[in-house]
Amino acid sequence: MSTETGPVIEPAQMPDGVRVPGDVHVRLEHVEKTFPGRGRRGVPQTALKDVDLEIRRGEVFGIIGYSGAGKSTLLRLINGLEVPSSGRVLVGGHELTALGERGRREVRRDIGMVFQQFNLFRSRTVAGNVAYPLKVAGMGRDERERQVARLLDFVGLLDRAHDHPEQLSGGQKQRVGIARALATEPSLLLADEATSALDPETTGEVLALLRRVNRDLGVTIVLITHELDVIRAVADRVAVLDAGRVVETGSVYDVFARPRTEAAARFTGTTLRDRPSPATLARLRAAHSGRLVTVRVRDRAGFQTRLARTFLDHQVAAEIVFGGISELQERPVGGLTFELTGPDGAVDTALAALRADGVDLIEEPE
Amino acid sequence: MHEFLTNLAVYREAIRQTFYIVLISVSVGGLLGLGLGLMLYATRPGSLSANRPVFVLVNLLVNVVRPIPFVIFLTAIQPIMLHTIGTTIGTNAVTFALSLSAAFAVSRIIEQNLLTVDPGVIEAARAAGARPISILVTVLIPEALGPIILGYTFIFVAVVDMSAQAGLFGGGGLGDFAITYGSQRYNWPIVYITVATIVVIVQAGQFLGNWLARRALRR
Ligand SMILES: Nc1ncnc2c1ncn2[C@@H]1O[C@H](COP(=O)(O)OP(=O)(O)OP(=O)(O)O)[C@@H](O)[C@H]1O
Ligand SMILES: [Mg+2]
Repeated sequence: MSTETGPVIEPAQMPDGVRVPGDVHVRLEHVEKTFPGRGRRGVPQTALKDVDLEIRRGEVFGIIGYSGAGKSTLLRLINGLEVPSSGRVLVGGHELTALGERGRREVRRDIGMVFQQFNLFRSRTVAGNVAYPLKVAGMGRDERERQVARLLDFVGLLDRAHDHPEQLSGGQKQRVGIARALATEPSLLLADEATSALDPETTGEVLALLRRVNRDLGVTIVLITHELDVIRAVADRVAVLDAGRVVETGSVYDVFARPRTEAAARFTGTTLRDRPSPATLARLRAAHSGRLVTVRVRDRAGFQTRLARTFLDHQVAAEIVFGGISELQERPVGGLTFELTGPDGAVDTALAALRADGVDLIEEPE
Repeated sequence: MHEFLTNLAVYREAIRQTFYIVLISVSVGGLLGLGLGLMLYATRPGSLSANRPVFVLVNLLVNVVRPIPFVIFLTAIQPIMLHTIGTTIGTNAVTFALSLSAAFAVSRIIEQNLLTVDPGVIEAARAAGARPISILVTVLIPEALGPIILGYTFIFVAVVDMSAQAGLFGGGGLGDFAITYGSQRYNWPIVYITVATIVVIVQAGQFLGNWLARRALRR
């Protein structure tokens, strides 16, 4: 979204002479990560395979995948907590993979991270938690206190500064986590399932806060989750991670309005209800004798009028038997399943006409 | 009772010696043990500064030394004592041996308590760009402070216990007093008064430790 409003960055001069275009904040090139197996007989685990990603400055980039897909590993590669087995990781012009642990530590200080379980220091107060990264960065006491107050004010917890984490609710804890992650004013924020431990309402509050972090502070956010709703609420672009591979990347709308892979479709199928599940399909078949065709809803003007007119023109009766339309990034998205009946060949010609018109339709299997 | 009063000065001196032995052993052993424990924790495979050779070496050393009974340990390290403090008997010799012995016990207590700290918290500190040493001192120790204080309290009690054996090596102290002036002369009041004194010292230490640990844990 705010790629235009973000600061103008000079293309960074890479240590090895490679130039990264200014609008790319994070880039992964052919990244592989294999963990050695535990113990002598352990089997090596390949968590990521040939991952290529480009995350732009100022965007909210979502990474969605099921448990074990490699999401956390991917995130930890971006702040150098983990090093890839091969491939390159570039962050803000630094090639992480060319740096030693000390160099990676420096880069990490410009990257905030929030966690599913909050990971707050129980031995410190709320203010002490937020102050921690500033102490690490060597900021003097007065300046530190001012900065902590500013951040707690930003997340709405200034009055809880002297409380300890166990006195806070889950949502409040995560707000402290976010304040801590933003303490050193990083340009990049990594969120690992930041809302997965929260109830729906609190999730909404935390997501709204992340949105503000992105819009008001211009921070690039990489957010990983297994929930499509989270992606829908905040992400501009998304990558679908399946068994260690990035199988789709694009705008949230493009990926989820028209998923090209099974993995992406599995996420949309459950939340968007854009296609009947096999069980539903079986029930529909029992109740309807005509051909079942699902049309993906698009945000083209007059889309449904044209659909209706085509069916009419070919004397095809179209009965909506399943589907729904919802909104993704303020654009309509969904699917409608029709039962089509008509004279010999009429259904085929109608479908051909629609396809020629660019309508995305799927004939449901018998 | 009359006997006890005539030996009051000796009793006072015995208390002083016990405090001398215990306080120095707990402080020196506590510090050495803290260092060893941090080393054990940090060099363990997969930890902050994993270093297999160092870990294996320190781990082995602790495992070998710890089960040795104190009296035998004290005898066994006499050559080292001669080299470092120039004597193998007396209060200082006993204090020296107790400090070492306590250090090994403390190292395990530190290591175990650090291992119980939530790995997520360490991850958060690492993500903030903190160095391993700084994570040990500013995150791990504070996060495990309550149980660590209780561990030190446990060591304090154990050291008071072991210091009673100091008499065997001319180290003085309450144990020595109870034997020389008490049991050997069949003077039971002296024995019981000494036992009561030790109980009071142990209780006071335990009370202080519990109080500090509760404060650290905010319970
Ligand atoms: N330190 C490690 N050592 C060995 N294997 C690991 C390690 N970390 C992750 N893995 C393996 O890598 C794979 C991906 O793990 P990862 O934690 O990145 O998945 P995830 O997508 O974050 O899953 P979840 O949603 O459950 O958090 C898993 O098979 C996991 O077992
Ligand atoms: Mg994970």
